[in-house]
Amino acid sequence: MKINSPLEAYKFLPGTNCGQCGETSCMAFASHLIDRSLQATDCIPLIEEKKYKKKYDELVTLLAPEIREVVIGVGDNAISIGGDDVLHRHKLTFFNKTALAYDVWDTMEEADLVERVNKIQDFKKFYVGDYLTLDMIAVRSVSNDPEKFAATVKKVMETTDFPMVLCSFEPAVLRAGLEVAAEKRPLLYAANKDNWQEVAALAQEFNVPVTVFAPNDLDLLKSMAKTFADNGIEDVVLDPGTFPTGKGLKTTLNNFLKIRRAGINGDRDIAFPIMAVPFTAWMAHDDEVSASYWETVVASIFTIKYGDIMIMHSIEPYALMPQLHIRDTMYTDPRKPVTVDPAVYEIGSPTADSPLLVTTNFALTYYTVESDLSSNGVDCYLTAIDTDGIGVEAAVAGGQLTAAKIKKGLDDAGFDMEKLTHKVIVLPGLAARLQGDVEDETGAGVMIGPADSGRLPGWMELNWPPQK
Amino acid sequence: MSNKMKLSGLTDILKDLDVQSLEGVTIEGDIELDISGGGGLNPAMAYALGHEAAQISMHVANIARMLGYPVDQLFASAMGGVPQQAPVAGASRIPELLPTKFDVSKMSEWATPIQEVTLGATSADGGSRKNTVTLGGENALPYYFDAEMPHRNYVTMDVFDMPIGMAKSVKENYGDVINDPADWAKKVVKDFNADMVTIHLVSTDPLINDTPAREAAKVVEDVLQAVKVPIVIGGSGNPKKDPEVLERAAEVAEGERVLLASASLNLDYERVAKAATDHGHAVLSWTQLEINAQKELNRKLMKQCNVPRDSIVMDPTTAALGYGLDYAYTNMERIRLAGLMGDDELTFPMSSGTTNAWGARESWMKESPLKQDSDWGPREYRGPIWEIITGLTLSLAGNDMFMMMHPTSVQVLKEITQTLYGSIEAEEIDITKWIGAEV
Ligand code: SF4
Repeated sequence: MKINSPLEAYKFLPGTNCGQCGETSCMAFASHLIDRSLQATDCIPLIEEKKYKKKYDELVTLLAPEIREVVIGVGDNAISIGGDDVLHRHKLTFFNKTALAYDVWDTMEEADLVERVNKIQDFKKFYVGDYLTLDMIAVRSVSNDPEKFAATVKKVMETTDFPMVLCSFEPAVLRAGLEVAAEKRPLLYAANKDNWQEVAALAQEFNVPVTVFAPNDLDLLKSMAKTFADNGIEDVVLDPGTFPTGKGLKTTLNNFLKIRRAGINGDRDIAFPIMAVPFTAWMAHDDEVSASYWETVVASIFTIKYGDIMIMHSIEPYALMPQLHIRDTMYTDPRKPVTVDPAVYEIGSPTADSPLLVTTNFALTYYTVESDLSSNGVDCYLTAIDTDGIGVEAAVAGGQLTAAKIKKGLDDAGFDMEKLTHKVIVLPGLAARLQGDVEDETGAGVMIGPADSGRLPGWMELNWPPQK
Repeated sequence: MSNKMKLSGLTDILKDLDVQSLEGVTIEGDIELDISGGGGLNPAMAYALGHEAAQISMHVANIARMLGYPVDQLFASAMGGVPQQAPVAGASRIPELLPTKFDVSKMSEWATPIQEVTLGATSADGGSRKNTVTLGGENALPYYFDAEMPHRNYVTMDVFDMPIGMAKSVKENYGDVINDPADWAKKVVKDFNADMVTIHLVSTDPLINDTPAREAAKVVEDVLQAVKVPIVIGGSGNPKKDPEVLERAAEVAEGERVLLASASLNLDYERVAKAATDHGHAVLSWTQLEINAQKELNRKLMKQCNVPRDSIVMDPTTAALGYGLDYAYTNMERIRLAGLMGDDELTFPMSSGTTNAWGARESWMKESPLKQDSDWGPREYRGPIWEIITGLTLSLAGNDMFMMMHPTSVQVLKEITQTLYGSIEAEEIDITKWIGAEV
């Protein structure tokens, strides 16, 4: 965006402090515009009253993100990519997490196709209160046959609501796919130096977003993007080519770095979302594990460095899990709190016989333990000790988790040990070395739980209630 | 019919015309087409000739197009008035690409180089290492086009002075050496291509074996005998015992320029720093995901303990993928950017305890503890990739040295970081064919 202080945004607001946006003042609202947690449309008078129309339009232009936002798909499953304003996540946050697309192809048997699409759309991993999931299906034309491609696209649409990427360099094939799927707003892949006129015409005719592909040729890439945008095709995605190995990979990384830096620095002609195709790793590796590993490595590089959408092949859990987690790593808002409030939390419906567990107030640790317990139906008290938001192992090493801290945490929470029938504190396995100290400090009995809270339910079966 | 035409002749004809758009266009080769006689052509030859003729007419048509002649209309009418592509409703063809050049500037703010720190000493410098390792020296974020990275990333592999709990897929590799740190060290260098070895003196912890510092120092001597790469010496993490353990170790390693791990704000860092300076070693400055604490400790090491700038490496803490890697990444990235922009309390190379990735349950647990999850698949493939991605992520934040455990992780991480560094050649792959690839 072109402005970066609340004062600059404030100038365009009504200034009446009417409170309709849910904020107490226009200035408070303005600061949320700058941190992008609210939008200009959230100020009701600004959009409803005619006299503000001009200011509203100006404000929207000023607030538009440097990198254009492109929407693929429709309805609840629509996915936005791009929309970034910074080169480093700590400067604000990255917006619109990298969209992860997995391939199917038009020479698959129908049963295999349906099974694969289902595997892709069903994959999920629970993490800090929510599921990590995949996003899209990329349909590859291997046959080069328009009819086959259309039939495959149709089958994919019948099986899933995931948005699609239609992949072919043959305009007739893309057209056949669009005739089936255009209203689902798929992403076209791709216009290149040979077919760009026909593909541009398709993007215009069917009003869908389109990828421009110019392997390691940033002049051509920019030229295509600019040509498209100047002719009204603004939903453009850039593929500068993903060379999966050797010097080619280094060059690819630098192409991504250059494109994004230029875009954030204000070169509108190249300020579009970028696509990586880690799939190409499969062209460099024969055996499946090596290919999946290398594909995941390439996908991770471009999740970290500016890839907004990418196409992969492996759907093995050992590839999908790190891909999902590295994406979450990069797109988690660094402004969100690191800690939970130190307290004794009740999980389920604990009674006087339920265990009293200890963990830290590092949000990730706390939520991990909490979900391990609640999803397995364990009733207990869970104490979040103030360790300055440091995890158990590191806090024991660094002195932020000590017997005194545990005593203080229980006291500050007003927790009365006397109300427990067992008078036992269960320490995390990684804090075992604190056992003696905690016994001395609190006078309670101390048991050592497992090193990983995922094993708490099993541990409870064997060890709870404690032997007298 | 006999018709001879040389394409190269065309350039001569065109030369006399003042046509700007032809500048820089050369027609290569000397294509000569001689169609005569007729009757004697076999179908394959006729096809080949037809292909040639079509190619040439394309060339010529392109030239005509550049000269502004409406070639396409001509072709359309010659082919019976039917254009190749049906006209698109509501959209007319865009006639040509807008000419433009891509350009981007280098980062002018990155004006301060990162300090170089050399570990290990060869006989020339009074040590007995075969080689040294130099970390740091960067003038940009890693692998960036702004400035060449002077040194590649290095991996130091973990060795422990006693058997410790390890994930199954890690342990499998060390079953035969787990009771002998010297053999263990040899194995990681010889079999697993470790650049360096870290000997962790964990048994010195009073809560474990309370091995006396003097005895632990013997293990250090054994390891120095066993391998000729530079080494890192780690304590047990017990803040009361570590200074003494590291003092003894520093003493017996005199001349070898080891890295002492580590000085931190929660132990007597002065003693650790003095052990390093007295015996010519470097010191690892370890803080916990807090850039200001890192500045404070570095400042203390330099100002209060007189540790030379070329003897400080930072460990700003590594959290595993899924367990706070976002903090670790951003912390390192901020530290490196601050260094490049001139904060001289942060211009040091960095080290990562990448082994922490094995604390993530995804790397070692047989299956997900949560019933709602999709199947996690075989854990022997999950573990190494967890360590690889944790390390790779931090390498992109500027981390220089990786402390690691699993041989596969080490191999892949070295390959990927050296690929990005630019020292790995590979066969070129025609990625334009990816859509139709059979995989
Ligand atoms: S709704 Fe608009 S005018 Fe009212 S307080 Fe919010 S920003 Fe100000």
